[in-house]
Amino acid sequence: MSVKLLYFAWVREKTGLGEETVDLPGDVKTITDLIDWLKARGPEFVSAFEQSDVIRTAIDQTHVPHDAAIANAREIAFFPPVTGG
Amino acid sequence: MIRVQQENFDIGAEIERLRDNRTDIGAIVSFTGTVRDTAQGAPITEMTLEHYPGMTEKELERIEAEANERWPLQESLIIHRYGPMKPGENIVLVVTASPHRQAAFEAAEFLMDFLKTNAPFWKKEDGPEGGDWVDARESDDDALKRWETPEKAAE
Repeated sequence: MSVKLLYFAWVREKTGLGEETVDLPGDVKTITDLIDWLKARGPEFVSAFEQSDVIRTAIDQTHVPHDAAIANAREIAFFPPVTGG
Repeated sequence: MIRVQQENFDIGAEIERLRDNRTDIGAIVSFTGTVRDTAQGAPITEMTLEHYPGMTEKELERIEAEANERWPLQESLIIHRYGPMKPGENIVLVVTASPHRQAAFEAAEFLMDFLKTNAPFWKKEDGPEGGDWVDARESDDDALKRWETPEKAAE
């Protein structure tokens, strides 16, 4: 499955990427699976997702918890808790 | 209405546009968030706001729709800036209008509380010692809880 991944704020700085498109293996079914898969890609992802419980996620621009299924997602974003306003 | 923009805004002009010479409005409440020149005692020379284009607009529209469902608002406006800003500059404007003040006051607070915990913006503060991402505050999560409806609180 091909999906666009986006990274914001310090997650972006740590991965060194703003966005990328990846092909995911079939056994990556939830956000938690995806984080584990990303961490296996290299030290910058290990560092970015070290405290993975802090990181917030959105599928197709809607907030979701880490146990959310990613089936049919077009766009998945990772970011720290928001600090606007 | 919501707007996400890099440029500054004129608070007075925005309120006048929202009023549009109407005579049925009885109360207008506005909140402006601005850039402070210190953070935990350390000087700030610049603040940069990053956001998630697309999702930001969706979240602000969702939050505004929810406020309009809960209170009898005649008008509402959210403007949020992104990009680099200097101390003293405007960051965010929320304006609500209703026939009586209570709805306008409450809806403006609700909009800010929801925006602070849901709209995908991130602040980075720059000072003489370098740049730092601002940490989210637990008090913002607590502020949100007072708006929980009985059904939502039970979840």
